[in-house]
Amino acid sequence: MTRVSRRGWLLPSYYWALLALLYLPILVLLVFAFNDGTILAFPLRGFTLRWFTELFATEALMRSLRNSVVVAAGSSLVATTLATCGAIAVMRFEFRGKGLFLSVALLPLYVPFVVLGVALLLFLSTVGLPRSLWTIAAAHTVVGFPYALLILVARLVGFDRHLEEAAMNLGATYWQTLRRVVLPLIAPAIFAGWLTAFTVSFDEFAVANMVVGREPTLPVYLYSQLRMTARLPRVIAMATLIMAITLAIFFTLLWLHRLMARPPAATSPVRP
Amino acid sequence: MPAESRRRLTALLAPPALWLGAFLVAPLLLLSAYSFRAGVGGALFRDWVPTLEQYRILLGTPAFLRLLALSVGIALLVAVLATLFAYPVAYYLVFRVRERAGVYIVLLLIPFWISYLLRVMAWKVVLGEGGAVNSLLLSAGLIHEPISALFYSRLAVVVTLVYVWTPFVALPIIATLYRIDRALLEAAASLGATPWQRFWRVTAPLSLPGVLAGAVMVFIPTVGEYVTPSLVGGSSGSMYGNIIFDFFGRSANWPLGAALAVVMLALTLGLVGATSRLTRLERFIG
Repeated sequence: MTRVSRRGWLLPSYYWALLALLYLPILVLLVFAFNDGTILAFPLRGFTLRWFTELFATEALMRSLRNSVVVAAGSSLVATTLATCGAIAVMRFEFRGKGLFLSVALLPLYVPFVVLGVALLLFLSTVGLPRSLWTIAAAHTVVGFPYALLILVARLVGFDRHLEEAAMNLGATYWQTLRRVVLPLIAPAIFAGWLTAFTVSFDEFAVANMVVGREPTLPVYLYSQLRMTARLPRVIAMATLIMAITLAIFFTLLWLHRLMARPPAATSPVRP
Repeated sequence: MPAESRRRLTALLAPPALWLGAFLVAPLLLLSAYSFRAGVGGALFRDWVPTLEQYRILLGTPAFLRLLALSVGIALLVAVLATLFAYPVAYYLVFRVRERAGVYIVLLLIPFWISYLLRVMAWKVVLGEGGAVNSLLLSAGLIHEPISALFYSRLAVVVTLVYVWTPFVALPIIATLYRIDRALLEAAASLGATPWQRFWRVTAPLSLPGVLAGAVMVFIPTVGEYVTPSLVGGSSGSMYGNIIFDFFGRSANWPLGAALAVVMLALTLGLVGATSRLTRLERFIG
């Protein structure tokens, strides 16, 4: 304890109260995954698990989930690969137009998605590309790119350039050095960047809604179902499942991390 | 630069540059070009003679300007409220919780793993006509009819957006608070500053870049919102983003929609430019 810190009950109770406010609406919503009725209103109608069993029988829902996984996996892979190239170029080379490249790369963080969405829609119809899952994936590479780039740049700042020079002095070619020295060293950042891009794509609706073709992603499907009360409990049941799975993965990773007793990586996924 | 080095740079830089050029720069340039079209009909670029026609219509329609002002107002309100709510949390985590702050931050961010649309929907279950608040009030006998004004209103849009963004704003504030040199606070204390003086004269000014970054991070997506208003805003809760969306959808007037979008783009990029200069200025002073 330094002299500057004080004890008090005000800040902790504020934190826990805010946390309660954050969770309460979600918990109220999740209750309806187990409620034996299709209308999201009180009073409750009794406990049921049928929404969870019907969930897997709802083909359109499962399809949209599969579409979302494919789009998120593909777009995050491309975004992270491109961001890795971009981050190495920016951090290891001096070139004219670096500032311009960086401003353009970070642009998706500063452009409201409604603008990005209509711009992409206009572009697709001008070029004559039909809208499909491919166009959503292309849009999501652009949306996920700045997140991956920022995470990778932060990692490249943190490691010793002399390792690369040493490798090349020992006779490795530049590309060998990249593959055998640089990439393994920034692997955690590549993973963090990929995960962030995946999450962003998986939940993205505003842009996807404009460049979607006949096959919807999960958020697009969700949106179309929000006004049809009959399907809502199933949708909420699915959200409950997805949350349970992500929480399980997260705590397993945390547990493995503790097990290996490594110092925590200082990468926060979202930073301005 | 030696030729070899230049070749490497090209190999690394070309893929992301070309990709962003095709799927980000070209669409935005096309959008701008489109906003200078005279009308809806005709081939895209064969008859393209740049005019300010769409902007004249935009400026001549008070409803557009009113909606733009309203959206800016809502976005400002949401940004200020979310920042105010998030600041004490960030302060608590950095200065009190410290080592275990990671777990506390994760607790704060877990709601983000639920679909954005469902988090918005959650408020319908809380505020809607058959929702939790109305049911509680009804069963307590405080009201006899459900209050419909709680939902499908501008207020519901603000409440929902503040709810969605508050945990997110805490992150940049936490980042700047961490970087504050504790020695400064101890120096202030030993020079006789009271806790409040230490906060207002040392901590608060030094955390300003994080506060500003957080507020901008909320303002930009909020000012362009069209999804949340369409879900919880009802007919009176529409925002500027909704008319852009409508001009590209139902009421198909792409040139006018493009002009509206360009105005919004200029607004947000101008804001980013202004604030990034401010935060850099802050760095010089700090």
